[in-house]
Amino acid sequence: MHSNRYIIIYSTIMVVLVATFLTIVAIGLKPKQDYNKRVEKMQNILASVHIPSTTKNAEKLFKQYIVDQFVINIRNEKQNQINAFDVNVEKERKTAVEKRLLPVYVCKTENQEIKYIIPVYGKGLWGPIWGYIALNEDKNTVFGAFFDHKGETPGLGAEISTIEFQNQFKNKKIFDEQGNYKSIKAIKGGAASTDNHGVDAISGGTITSDGLSKMLYDDLKLYETFLKSKN
Amino acid sequence: MENKESIFSPKIIKTFLGPLNQNNPISVQVLGICSALAVTVQLKPALVMALSVTIVTGFSSLIISLLRNTIPSRIRIIVQLVVIATLVIIVDQLLKAYVYDVSKKLSVFVGLIITNCIIMGRLEAYALGNKPWPSFVDGIANGMGYGIILIMVGFIRELFGSGKILGMSVIPDSLYQIGYENNGLMILPPMALILIGVIIWIHRSWNKTLIEK
Repeated sequence: MHSNRYIIIYSTIMVVLVATFLTIVAIGLKPKQDYNKRVEKMQNILASVHIPSTTKNAEKLFKQYIVDQFVINIRNEKQNQINAFDVNVEKERKTAVEKRLLPVYVCKTENQEIKYIIPVYGKGLWGPIWGYIALNEDKNTVFGAFFDHKGETPGLGAEISTIEFQNQFKNKKIFDEQGNYKSIKAIKGGAASTDNHGVDAISGGTITSDGLSKMLYDDLKLYETFLKSKN
Repeated sequence: MENKESIFSPKIIKTFLGPLNQNNPISVQVLGICSALAVTVQLKPALVMALSVTIVTGFSSLIISLLRNTIPSRIRIIVQLVVIATLVIIVDQLLKAYVYDVSKKLSVFVGLIITNCIIMGRLEAYALGNKPWPSFVDGIANGMGYGIILIMVGFIRELFGSGKILGMSVIPDSLYQIGYENNGLMILPPMALILIGVIIWIHRSWNKTLIEK
């Protein structure tokens, strides 16, 4: 039988050794992991403008198609000193609305059309959901949408990350004919085909669908001045 | 002087083959089922999971066996957990750094290797009382026994569920044109359970000694 003193010393040494070792591993691998996250972000942004990419070619395609990126605030004033790609949309949610940094990516497609890509971030049922909305040059009609989630229920809320769900957003509109801000809602029971501001919600994924509607409404609202401006 | 055993003595080979057949962790001991259901929709995550578990079982058995004479028996479970958790975190970090897409698919299941009963079971039952080399072989073999079943299930589910193997289409278009369809049930978790049941059935009808009286 080992003495109490032995047990305490044994466990202390073990814990310190293990902690040191894990720290070294974590620090050593961090640059590689951060790079993977950046590539994933590029792939997500490209997905919103229907450009398929792999982890290998994402960086190249991103440089090729994303011709400009800038940061604005809620009054559509450019914040020149900051790089849009480095803005952490999740962290920005905690800052006051007036001070919030709003990134915009500008994409030029193969047919030389300009698309504006806006990141959105919100809450689903179990955790965060996020995405990118690509708008046509009129800053009103949706060209494409991409959504992802941390841990929504597979088969229910998690369906927001499927192509079928995301394709519904094409040609929907942010503003109505009078120019009032409407955003796009996921409608339970299905949206009418003539509805410019609604898509079919996910059966069994009501809270995720509602979270998605709220995310779009809140986050696109921040860009209202930018979207209404002509340049 | 203790007698030096050769590294491939018959006893070692028996230790190695046991978990692959007679004493398979999934089909005989029915351990580690939850991850077997969750990560076998496609072959690639199943392969990565099998490899991760094999590495963790192998090295945790080796480390625990090396330490076995120093571990105070009153805290041995805690020591085992620390060793397993450390290895799992390292594997998780490596996956995030080198196979990010697969690590996203495996998500929580890599972390849950810590609670995989196969690993602690082997440490308690074997590594604490045996020398490092046999313990290492026992750990690796149990990880592989688990992995083989995972890969079989992953192979069948991906082939019939999405018509692909490792993400590449293998079912010719002509077959789809004459009316063949992918089986959607294969993608859902219950099918993994049914497949494991079928594997257990085949295993037992082939190895009669496994059938309980």
